[in-house]
Amino acid sequence: MSLADTARSMGKAFRTLGVAAALTFGTQASAAAPVAPTAAAAPAVAVSSEAVSDSAAPAADAVAAVPVDKGSYVPMKPTPGKGQPVDGGWTFQDQYSETGEQALWMHDYLLMPVIVVISLLVLALLLVVMAKFNARKNPVASKTSHNTLIEVVWTLVPVLILVVIAVPSIRLLAHQYDPAPKGAVTVKVTGYQWYWGYTYPDNGGFEVISNMLPDADAVKNGEPAQLAVDNRMVIPAGEPIRIQTIGSDVIHAFAVPSLWFKLDAVPGRINEKVLMVKEPGLYYGQCSELCGARHGFMPIAVEALPRDKFEAWVKTQPGGTVGPAAETAAAPAAPAPAAVAAPAAPAA
Amino acid sequence: MATIPANEGFDAHDHAHDHDHDHKPSFFARWFMSTNHKDIGTLYLIFAIFAGVVGGAVSGMMRAELAYPGIQYLGYFAELLGTANPSFDEQLHLWNVLITAHGLIMVFFMVMPAIIGGFGNWFVPIMIGAPDMAFPRMNNVSFWLTFVGFCSLMFSAFMPGGTGQGAGTGWTVYAPLSTSGSVGPAVDFAIFSLHLSGAGSILGAVNFITTIFNMRAPGMTLHKMPLFVWSVLVTAFLLLLALPVLAAAITMLLTDRNFGTTFFDPAGGGDPVLYQHLFWFFGHPEVYIMILPGFGIISQIISTFSKKPVFGYLGMAYAMVAIGVVGFIVWAHHMYTTGLDVNTKMYFTAATMVIAVPTGIKIFSWIATMWGGSLEFKSPMVWAMGFIFLFTVGGVTGVVLANGGIDDNLHDTYYVVAHFHYVLSLGAVTSLFAGFFYWFPKMSGRMHSEFLSHLQFWVFFIGVNTLFFPMHFLGVQGMPRRYPDYAQAYSYWNEIASLGYVIMAASIVIFFVNMAYAFLAGKKAAGNYWGEGATTLEWTLSSPPPFHQFETLPVIDDAAHAH
Repeated sequence: MSLADTARSMGKAFRTLGVAAALTFGTQASAAAPVAPTAAAAPAVAVSSEAVSDSAAPAADAVAAVPVDKGSYVPMKPTPGKGQPVDGGWTFQDQYSETGEQALWMHDYLLMPVIVVISLLVLALLLVVMAKFNARKNPVASKTSHNTLIEVVWTLVPVLILVVIAVPSIRLLAHQYDPAPKGAVTVKVTGYQWYWGYTYPDNGGFEVISNMLPDADAVKNGEPAQLAVDNRMVIPAGEPIRIQTIGSDVIHAFAVPSLWFKLDAVPGRINEKVLMVKEPGLYYGQCSELCGARHGFMPIAVEALPRDKFEAWVKTQPGGTVGPAAETAAAPAAPAPAAVAAPAAPAA
Repeated sequence: MATIPANEGFDAHDHAHDHDHDHKPSFFARWFMSTNHKDIGTLYLIFAIFAGVVGGAVSGMMRAELAYPGIQYLGYFAELLGTANPSFDEQLHLWNVLITAHGLIMVFFMVMPAIIGGFGNWFVPIMIGAPDMAFPRMNNVSFWLTFVGFCSLMFSAFMPGGTGQGAGTGWTVYAPLSTSGSVGPAVDFAIFSLHLSGAGSILGAVNFITTIFNMRAPGMTLHKMPLFVWSVLVTAFLLLLALPVLAAAITMLLTDRNFGTTFFDPAGGGDPVLYQHLFWFFGHPEVYIMILPGFGIISQIISTFSKKPVFGYLGMAYAMVAIGVVGFIVWAHHMYTTGLDVNTKMYFTAATMVIAVPTGIKIFSWIATMWGGSLEFKSPMVWAMGFIFLFTVGGVTGVVLANGGIDDNLHDTYYVVAHFHYVLSLGAVTSLFAGFFYWFPKMSGRMHSEFLSHLQFWVFFIGVNTLFFPMHFLGVQGMPRRYPDYAQAYSYWNEIASLGYVIMAASIVIFFVNMAYAFLAGKKAAGNYWGEGATTLEWTLSSPPPFHQFETLPVIDDAAHAH
């Protein structure tokens, strides 16, 4: 944990974020598409424009012609206390990502003890002063107004404490910016006023539109009101996912507390970060940047599934494809309507 | 020039011989065209109390709505404010108007006018032995600009603002929500309000810097100035350097909104995150602008009631300078989730934590000032000691938030709301009350009730802790800020927080009862009613001081003994 280590990890750190190249074709298309932002008007599942371009249409038919590949998917029921706040809770939500576990450890075992001790020290000193140096006990005040030694001590000791905090803090940051491995599933998260869109460019480029469920429907589903959505963001568990965020109108923020994940969705730039969910489950989050009237009414639900169930879900989506051919074909060259080539995989 | 009392040129021939006779202008000239620093300070204080009541009422509306899950009162409030049969979106828009108004009012029209305009105007000239501020007329302009700015903000609540009436952008006014996201003149009026009060503050800053550098009495060297004067000097520099950046940023917002520029619009090559950089380059120094004069007030009070000089005076003064300097290079810690480069985030994490060092020096020096002292727990002292504890609690959560990797979870949650209310609502406001009870008899000539002041402290202390401490729990559980409704799981702590609001509001009622008592039945205040510990120059004057003090300048000798 030396400074040299820190410097090395800083050097290794991946600079994915920052000003992204520009709007890709896909961004412009999806930014222009949803003009009717009311909950009722938004389609349940929208297919982004490149996937339904004319050359892709026959290929989509080909998918439909192979019934064996049609996946099945039953929305997962939430587990109480997992991936959602608990009644009257006063600690962090349990963490289900690696970075979340590290950060929680640092908070619980380093930061909390330090700040509790400092607060109690100040409180204790105040109480001692009140008890010992009140006018009745100590009628004549001393005139001491300097003590170089103690002033140096209370400057240097906080510096040391901060260094002790800073080193793991910097390491944590470096770790949070580890790049996604080649071939990681990419989900492009688009914030709209006031709902989310999840596009899967490696899996056929379909976009899932996610609106909040009315409270009554959420309760009927056995889900927490204000957090449940109609269509979830589904991802494979146990592998790193590349999350890219962008805003289509104003700034939103994609945030899931139980995964220690928060990334702004800013118009005109793509932010990217790796998310690895350790185990299958349903993890709720909420928009975390003021985005207008219904800022509080565009929740996030991330459903992490085992790889095979994720693939089955993908196949239920219009134009959804899985497999290495899909990835290699869809990943490169944003300008080309890449999804065209994707349906080759199930045909082969 | 600087050493000649401002009115001597006019009055010298008939009044110079008569120091006891206070020649005051008529009512209108005195209060609407004032050039007297004490009268302008009084105007600022009355204005700040009024704005504080408005801002506090707005937060009461918010806590009422948040007491239980679901939307209960927003429709009713919207009708009160003139929207007939408000739609669901109009009700939610009103929520955003409330959070915006609360933030802007409390920052620009309550804390700043009270602590800089009010106490700064009243006591900086007196403490350095000056007859008035350097630019008395500009001083008046500063106040009225602030007042008109407040009116502009109030107007904005009744203008169309996109999805409903009023500006619903948050006090940060982030683009593009504040540009393409909010159609209608409401946001323009809110921005104009910031322009006006910002211009007032810049003029005020120029005035304070000039006054402190040029108008100190003979012998009052910089290193003999009371720490309150030091704090206002540092604050004035922060204002002077930070506010023009805000003015530029919000002017760009205005042209983006009205004249087709694209400073913050990616479609024209602009960048929404640029606005955040500019805003927080102002916004972070702004939080020190609100708290530094509070530090100064606390130093005066602790020293007075310990009957000891401030421990480590030079360290205290230069700690404030250090906080001011470092405060300018940490702004992006408000932007950890916007997609900053990892190295940028590491830098801002490290730089932000550095601020804890000078802040720690101040906390420990206050305690060391009390150590060995002969403490009298008069009301200002009780408020000041409350400040030290509450500010410490708010400060340590700042160290948590400083870590970019931890902030990924806490950013824009109630943990942040708890943090900045502990340093501002419980820090700056507690220091305001401390200063108020310290100087109220000096300003008014009437003693307040010590009993009511102590009572108010304890009710306030219990109230604000009940109100804000549970917000830490809501934040770590993931409840986002700026939400009018929430999941059932968050209802427990929200209900307790709303209960805390009621207790806090009761303490404000006690405050007004105390004021009524002071003006109706309060005893006349002597010149130095706090006794031997009170050694700065304002205690050499009567209470209230004469309309023009120090027509003959005091001379500060080496023993720091004012004549």
